[in-house]
Amino acid sequence: MRKAGRIGFIYLSLFVALILTVMPMPQLVKLARPDWVLLVLMYWTMALPQRISVGTAFFSGFIVDVLVGTVLGVNALAFSVVIFIVAQHHLKIRNFSIVQQSLLLGLLLALYQLLLFWLSHFLTGVYFMPQYLWPVVTGMLVWPWLFWLLRRYRRQLKIQ
Amino acid sequence: MNQSYSRGSSLPLRLFLAVVCSAGLMFLDRYTDSSTQLRSYLTTAVSPLFYVASLPETLFSGASEQFMSQQAVLDENARLKETLLQQSGQLQLLRYLQQENEKLRALLGSSAVIEDKRLVAEVLAVYSHPFSHQVVLNKGTKDGVTEHQAVIDDQGIVGQIVSVGPTSSRALLISDNTHAIAVRAERTGVRAIVEGLGQWDALRVMHLPHSTDIREGDRLLTSGLDGRFPEGYPVARVSKISQDASQPFMVVYAEPYALLDRIRHVLLLSNTPRMPEQPEEPAAGAAPQEQP
Repeated sequence: MRKAGRIGFIYLSLFVALILTVMPMPQLVKLARPDWVLLVLMYWTMALPQRISVGTAFFSGFIVDVLVGTVLGVNALAFSVVIFIVAQHHLKIRNFSIVQQSLLLGLLLALYQLLLFWLSHFLTGVYFMPQYLWPVVTGMLVWPWLFWLLRRYRRQLKIQ
Repeated sequence: MNQSYSRGSSLPLRLFLAVVCSAGLMFLDRYTDSSTQLRSYLTTAVSPLFYVASLPETLFSGASEQFMSQQAVLDENARLKETLLQQSGQLQLLRYLQQENEKLRALLGSSAVIEDKRLVAEVLAVYSHPFSHQVVLNKGTKDGVTEHQAVIDDQGIVGQIVSVGPTSSRALLISDNTHAIAVRAERTGVRAIVEGLGQWDALRVMHLPHSTDIREGDRLLTSGLDGRFPEGYPVARVSKISQDASQPFMVVYAEPYALLDRIRHVLLLSNTPRMPEQPEEPAAGAAPQEQP
């Protein structure tokens, strides 16, 4: 029972990230909203790749697609690809300092935005605007705090 | 940690499966019609999440109303009474004009304008992703919402309903990349199509030849020719025109009247698609302005 509760924390954090993704915000803040779900998924993939990896990423991406109203499968695909890369290199990424992690994650977040743009461009013909990349910057800034918070709870609850 | 290595070998396989599944989903959603039903079920399934997400804002605005001073409330009340009086004054005239209009239309033998029923809805969530400008509203099939209903606010057209669940529905805004609306310039009567760009404050007026009479500041109203939006509602104001002879058409931008990024309450118009079954001018009015 207690073990189930600990695993439940992972899904609780994902659930909170999903809520943050659709929470109403002022326009200026909204443009720069970090990709919460992807960041949380990245943390758990890095910490527990045997529990959370491509499968969870796919389903979370699918839920994001439904919530956001993009073409179904776009976020699912982009999440899966990015989380695949994180899962493949989780041992390396874990050993980086927090600043290096942030920079690397910035690259991965940019890859996510790029995938999302390519797929949307192919499917619905959107135009590219530089402000689409704001979430990459805010994601990099948010990462150290998110990392610290999630690691604290993971250690406290001894989730493995 | 050895565990992670032993299961690591199947990672590429899992990625492959995920890619195949998402490609299938994308195809299903984009190129077939079957996903509309699926999407409405899914919207229903996740609608509690929207309620939870909008909770802090609801609480906050509730609290701020609670602590509003009595003077502020009185002021607001006085202001609202004044606008109500003014508007009901105008409404009296409107009734008369409507009657007159109906009589004239009857004399001309053209179809009568069907009076719209309206439904007030509140915005539960605005998703501001640049690739999808949509809002979730708190009314669904239980309140009589149907697909393709036009959505307006106090300034002008906001968008249209694209999927409906029992207690919530999703509206596509006119600023969305995939949205287009048939309009008519109020001053000249020029017909055009206005497409969204994925920006909140700019729409693009498509396919206007260089000789078209259009100016900055022109009001664009719905023409009703798309069969979705009722005629005569304000859509946008022409904000920028650039005439570049190397382009096949004029590049015209318009600014929507509705404040798309801060809508709170909207009106749903019941869809009475007044498709011109007997066109009023037999030949001239038959130019197809339908959008896909």
